[in-house]
Amino acid sequence: MVSDDIIRDILRQNEAMSPIVDSLGEDDDLFEKGLDSFGSVQLMLALEERFEVEFPDTLLNRRSFSTIRIIRETVTKLSMGAAA
Amino acid sequence: MSCDLVRRAKRVAEVAALHADSVDREGRFPAEAVAALKTERLLGLQVPTQYGGEGAGLAQIAEVCCTLGQACSASAMVFAMHHIKLASLVTHGLTSDWHCGLMAKVANEQLLIASSTTEAGIGGDLRNSLCAVEAAGDMFSLGKDASVISYGAQADVILVTARRNPEAPTSDQVLVALMRDQMSLTRTSTWDTLGMRGTCSEGFRLEAKGVPCVQILPKPFAEIAAQSMLASSHLLWSSVWFGIASYAVDRARSFVQGEARRRPGTVPPSAIRLAEAASALQAMKATVVSGLRRYEGAQHEPDELSSIGFAVSLNNIKTTASAMAVDIVQRALGIVGISGYRNDTPFSLGRPLRDVMSAPLMIANDRILSNTANLLLVQKGGGQLLSA
Repeated sequence: MVSDDIIRDILRQNEAMSPIVDSLGEDDDLFEKGLDSFGSVQLMLALEERFEVEFPDTLLNRRSFSTIRIIRETVTKLSMGAAA
Repeated sequence: MSCDLVRRAKRVAEVAALHADSVDREGRFPAEAVAALKTERLLGLQVPTQYGGEGAGLAQIAEVCCTLGQACSASAMVFAMHHIKLASLVTHGLTSDWHCGLMAKVANEQLLIASSTTEAGIGGDLRNSLCAVEAAGDMFSLGKDASVISYGAQADVILVTARRNPEAPTSDQVLVALMRDQMSLTRTSTWDTLGMRGTCSEGFRLEAKGVPCVQILPKPFAEIAAQSMLASSHLLWSSVWFGIASYAVDRARSFVQGEARRRPGTVPPSAIRLAEAASALQAMKATVVSGLRRYEGAQHEPDELSSIGFAVSLNNIKTTASAMAVDIVQRALGIVGISGYRNDTPFSLGRPLRDVMSAPLMIANDRILSNTANLLLVQKGGGQLLSA
């Protein structure tokens, strides 16, 4: 189960995100809130590790990690694919 | 590229070549070449046709960069930097009436655009700013310790990065367009360098007050940097460096051919070195051209432009092309020998060599490699020969 809480916990590890994680809406653009290129890669790595998925190159773009909702949907789709 | 554009670029290159030595020696702005760019109306090339430009794509601009790079590196780099800024306006300004008006002015009046991203306390890290837009009603003010603004003193427009507001984190930036008469520039440092002396990349204290907020580009700078600046900077700079390298190889070829004519029936020993240099030049060309093609294919696909694979490939083009350009010019100097080392022969290569040595330093290759290193932590790979 991919819950927002786990995604928020992962985001909390990022310096720019950590102070604002609890106030982030599902559809807030994380890059506009200060997520940078280094942070987004660290976020991808943490998600891959936590949910045991691998993001294919086609999903490694800004949009796939732009909001909590999109992250949840992307990871859910990938973990269902992995289970099937 | 159309024959007309080639001819116009060559006419500017002739003017640029004529003044290149004095621009270099005196470390002055290449005023004659920029005047010729305006006469040939090349500053508005990229502006969409409905705003009075020619709607040229990046590949056409790149070709002009290369042609100018063969004549005067500083003129070529000024042209490239102007069009990197214009690419941001064209890509991200079309939804804003004010910026459409600015594009029309750039095309009609052939305005020269400069860039202010570097800031004291931040250095060359494009994606962070200390200065901030301070809005009051519909107007804003902005003060910036801009430690580098290339040709800032000669520009008609400067695109400036700043934090969105005084409370915003350093990475939450916007890009604002300031007209010459809306700001004061006080010079804080000079530009006395090994090469690229004509870009006049001096430092300034920039102050602007009472500027309408509509001059702030509507997209966050993070998006502008990722979607237009990264690609246009690396590709246009690389095209300038290719121009410099190809000029050097042309000098070397001409030198070797002269030797061959003097000793009929033999291949001069330096011809082997020329063959190596020509091979390196071809590899460099393939690197730059494949980047231009990939960019043209991705141009209208924001997901591809913001993808890790695309960023990695552009970073690689910058580090590869910059290192190869220096190597190729050095090879050419080795072929030409003392005639290239002297500053007073038709084979002189001192100026191009000093100019091209800026390539691995302007955005230091180590900075770019560390960025790539981070991206490679998640990229999966498995690419094919004829696709990305």
